[in-house]
Amino acid sequence: MTRFASAFSKGPALVTFITAGDGDTAANLDALVAGGADVIELGMPFTDPMADGPAIQAANLRALGKGTTTVDIFGHAAAFRARHPDVPLVLMGYANPMTIRGSDWFAAECAKAGVDGVICVDIPSEEDAELGPSLRAAGVDLIRLATPTTDAARLPDVLNGAGGFLYYVSVAGITGLQQAAQTSIEDAVARLKAATDLPVAVGFGVRTPEQAAAIAKVADGVVVGSAFIDIIAEHGDAAAPHVEAFTRTLADAIHGAKEIAA
Amino acid sequence: MTDRPNSLRSGPDARGHFGQFGGRYVAETLMPLILDLERHYRAAQQDNEFKAEFDYLLKHYVGRPSPLWFAERLTASLGGAKIYLKREDLNHTGAHKINNCIGQILLAKRMGKTKIIAETGAGQHGVATATVAALFGLPCTIFMGAVDVARQQPNVFRMKLLGAEVVAVESGAKTLKDAMNEALRHWVANVHDTFYIIGTVAGPHPYPELVRDFQSVIGDEARAQILEAEGRLPDMLIAPVGGGSNAIGLFHPFLDDDGVEIVGVEAAGEGLDKKHAASLAGGRPGILHGNKTYLLQDEDGQITEAHSISAGLDYPGIGPEHAWLHEIGRVRYEPVTDAEALASFQKLTKLEGIIPALESAHAIAAAERIAPTMDKDQIIIVNCSGRGDKDIFTVADALGVEL
Repeated sequence: MTRFASAFSKGPALVTFITAGDGDTAANLDALVAGGADVIELGMPFTDPMADGPAIQAANLRALGKGTTTVDIFGHAAAFRARHPDVPLVLMGYANPMTIRGSDWFAAECAKAGVDGVICVDIPSEEDAELGPSLRAAGVDLIRLATPTTDAARLPDVLNGAGGFLYYVSVAGITGLQQAAQTSIEDAVARLKAATDLPVAVGFGVRTPEQAAAIAKVADGVVVGSAFIDIIAEHGDAAAPHVEAFTRTLADAIHGAKEIAA
Repeated sequence: MTDRPNSLRSGPDARGHFGQFGGRYVAETLMPLILDLERHYRAAQQDNEFKAEFDYLLKHYVGRPSPLWFAERLTASLGGAKIYLKREDLNHTGAHKINNCIGQILLAKRMGKTKIIAETGAGQHGVATATVAALFGLPCTIFMGAVDVARQQPNVFRMKLLGAEVVAVESGAKTLKDAMNEALRHWVANVHDTFYIIGTVAGPHPYPELVRDFQSVIGDEARAQILEAEGRLPDMLIAPVGGGSNAIGLFHPFLDDDGVEIVGVEAAGEGLDKKHAASLAGGRPGILHGNKTYLLQDEDGQITEAHSISAGLDYPGIGPEHAWLHEIGRVRYEPVTDAEALASFQKLTKLEGIIPALESAHAIAAAERIAPTMDKDQIIIVNCSGRGDKDIFTVADALGVEL
């Protein structure tokens, strides 16, 4: 069983996002795992994060301001894999930093560092050739995004070549701002699950345990990002205990959700 | 499009690629809208009414055709090829930008979109967009880096007079690329009713193609005008290139004319070894703002800041069709520095009574370098892409004059 399959087999999963190089990355990653996160997304900072809201934009600039490089990020990933052999790790970011040394180089580094999957915000299925074939050849899952604007005609293209899990972006917008209505999330997840066997995780705008629990009743996973970024922005290098505590409230809410629903 | 086999004018391919460049590198949320825009543009291309309305507005509102002016005194001072200026500076709003804005707002209307957004650097595209939004009575939001808002107050005021809301973008370096990021962020959250009028031949397919097509009126006119004036095609075209919309507009109708040498001029800022905006001379291929093209970036693919005295050239990328024309060698791209542009700005003003935009002054500087090496019976067309009224404060500052 892959790490993803295992992580999603135990009921709804908590998927957490932090930006590499923002705060004490190793300590925060450990805190996420200790708090009960099931899947970790590590953001690759980029100068021009055009799908992100103010919180993650600022995190990108903080990380780059401290001189975070791609080599540093793979260093974090490899060290994480050594400390946590079973927790799935995803790199999330933008096309240019992922492809600038060639997609084969990037895919090989991912495999070497024990990265399970990659989310690239600005490579839609139409441009799959840019990165997808290299990742699949290296045994790294390409995690695709579906959105409220992804219609039935497009969905098969989005799913073609997708792996790991399907990330449903619940609002047409940027990260960290408004949350979608619960009913629209339920409808969308039902539609997506009818079209794929991949687990469906829902993200964008999820900030509280209550929201997370509601989504966990219908989805296979809940993604929380900007709320962690806010904690790191507030506490800087000493954020880890706060990250762990917040992770635990989310994990308890999500992991309890299915049992209550059942 | 021509039917000539191996025409250089047939791009992009069905997926929006010019060779390895171009494409549609956007978030999934935008992808369906980009595909919808392409469908509507294909239908508009076949629609004579669309073409008739575009032509009517260019003639009666923009004031086209713009003249092709034989710059006799400039020519005499250089002692080489005859220099003609394509006078885009005489268009309504003072530059070529309006040609594209007219075309895109007609597309917005056709798609039933009720709100307009755009990014702007110096404010020229913002003013042109606010102008057509006023003309069509559509609410308009212009995203402009906070640094640019501070240094381009006259254009900010113009946009507000025209009824646009100007959003000062505080993210990143607070200049043009950040304004474009913010416009994309706004668009992604408002795709249902909002049309994004991109100001240059960049962004995801089909923008580079449709902006080029709307701007090709420049080259189509110049071709007819030079045939009338000289009875033959020019030996050379020269135009400034930031994103590259005025340049591609002039170049495209001549791409298949092997006898016409084509030169694009990049902003070399303080010099190619210092701060500059020359993506081809100093950058390498990468992906930003929806397309693959040459970008100023570091070894990790982080985008670096561009610099040019001309705010319109101050962008770390270049349109993907230019990247392709550079790689196949059809167009030669040459750098011109701030200092050279500044000298040519003054020279053209004094010799011809034409104050060019600093963007256009880069092309004049290249012509000054090249014309003396050519014969007197040879012909160069230079794109005078805009007028320099907007630049007088920048130029005064550079010359140490207090206004």
